[in-house]
Amino acid sequence: MANRINREQVQHVAELAKLEFTDTQLDALTPQLDDIIGLFESLSEVDTTGVEPTSSVTDQINVMRDDVADNWGQSAALLKNAPDAERGYIKVPAIIDESED
Amino acid sequence: MDYLKQDLASLHADLVAKKYSAKELTQQTFANIKATDPQVDAFLHLNEDEALAQADQIDAAGISEDQPLAGIPMALKDNLVTKNVTTTAGSKILGNFKPVYDATVVQKLANAQMISVGKTNLDEFAMGSSTENSAFKTTKNAWDHTKVPGGSSGGSAAAVAAGMVPATLGSDTGGSIRQPASFNGVVGMKPTYGRVSRWGLIAFGSSLDAIGPMTRTVKDNALMLSAIAGHDQHDLTSSDKAVPNYAADLTAATSVKGLRIGLPKEFLGDGIADDVKQAILAAADTYRKLGATVDEVSLPHNKYGVAAYYIIASSEASSNLQRFDGIRYGYRAQDVKNLEDVYVKSRSEGFGEEVKRRIMLGTFSLSAGFYDAYFLKAARVRTVILNDFKAILKDHDFIMGPVTPTTAFGIGEEITDPMTMYMNDILTIPVNLAGLPGLSLPAGFSKGLPIGMQLIGRPFDESTLYQAGYAFEQNTEFHTKVPTLGGHN
Repeated sequence: MANRINREQVQHVAELAKLEFTDTQLDALTPQLDDIIGLFESLSEVDTTGVEPTSSVTDQINVMRDDVADNWGQSAALLKNAPDAERGYIKVPAIIDESED
Repeated sequence: MDYLKQDLASLHADLVAKKYSAKELTQQTFANIKATDPQVDAFLHLNEDEALAQADQIDAAGISEDQPLAGIPMALKDNLVTKNVTTTAGSKILGNFKPVYDATVVQKLANAQMISVGKTNLDEFAMGSSTENSAFKTTKNAWDHTKVPGGSSGGSAAAVAAGMVPATLGSDTGGSIRQPASFNGVVGMKPTYGRVSRWGLIAFGSSLDAIGPMTRTVKDNALMLSAIAGHDQHDLTSSDKAVPNYAADLTAATSVKGLRIGLPKEFLGDGIADDVKQAILAAADTYRKLGATVDEVSLPHNKYGVAAYYIIASSEASSNLQRFDGIRYGYRAQDVKNLEDVYVKSRSEGFGEEVKRRIMLGTFSLSAGFYDAYFLKAARVRTVILNDFKAILKDHDFIMGPVTPTTAFGIGEEITDPMTMYMNDILTIPVNLAGLPGLSLPAGFSKGLPIGMQLIGRPFDESTLYQAGYAFEQNTEFHTKVPTLGGHN
């Protein structure tokens, strides 16, 4: 294995992405990512000296519109989608770890 | 009625002549879906009550000749949000999500009075080429239930191919309309980037995503695109160019005489199966016989498309999918101690394996120290690929080639090997990178499975692709072949 990415780096990227993997998952994922990053490295064969990057191909530039507020009146429907809600607010667990109190 | 025998124009004529009502047509559609879908598994959700109520309203108002789509059933890929109707994107993380608005394309089809009968299966968040990445079910190829339908719009393709609905919408980020269309022997259009509003399409790769129709014939597809295309103030990348009446140009007089077609040698090179190659060479001969010129051309950087795409699309996906955090909607993990746990556990339990793999690839490509070498390099290679297409399309009216390297592969055959799965899209991905329109249509069969042909055009020149596709259809019989299914034939 060429080792373009190792287990510790995969773990670091997972933390950035707010994902967690078990040891077994990491064992499978690390060589898969390494293979795919190997494919990514084939891009170094393309000479891109002086080539501008393309981030979008849209033909629209600086589209303007009036800044008008629009009341959708759907807060009840929106809250229904929340996993937990109370008195018109979305409810989440404590931000600080309760077990450490 | 039989959707494997009738096109949209003939259904419309029957509805106007009151041969049957929109309600009868809708009832027949549900009866047909219930008989057929247990074998195909194309649908995630059916809206029977709402559809029948809508049909009643349409019948009460009457259908006139200037409403070509009114009263005709269709289905939507389940990554298009539908007001009050569960929209999952094929993911456990959105298993119980009920959007509060309709996507622009859904509104437009409702304005045209089409009847939405349900939502179709897809690879989770449209990431995949086989529909096996759905968290809910595996859709089968309409022609052979041991084969994949392709993906990610596998449900939309199989539903049309099996005659359950005459038209569906799909989405295409790297081939997700064209590849399943090819595997199922139907017509699929990925329009020019910006031709159709993306508002209400659950975002995957925002600079690549396109919504388009999947139908049994080219003309049906053209009718559908005219209905969904156009500028939308909710999608600032949508184009304000006028929308042509694409179907009006498709008549007995439609011809490819005098057109110049480019056939890239890379599209018939290594890795392309012989049966696919032979079908495309035969199609080139058909075009020559019809008076077009077919030249060998070159897309020298085509082989770098997959690498550039998996960097760009995964980077955009890793950003777009940050919103799924277990707070405002969707799945929230239980057994959490703090807010950080909600994010990490909800995402880790809610997303499937392939989606997590792409988020990881994207996060890596954008991370400090790797951004220049990966993301920025891919964005520069994207320019190079775009320039290859521009050079050919300067003096060619369109490009032709296969859609996929092989016909449909077996269920379970490639799902454990991401790299092999990614290579399925080597012929479709570059078209998304360049933002060009791409049409997939039936062009042959091998061992009972359909082979698709891809036509790639200039930006906003869907018209030429439809005309060339229509001319091909008028002179071949591939589009008249239908699969053998229980409950049919």
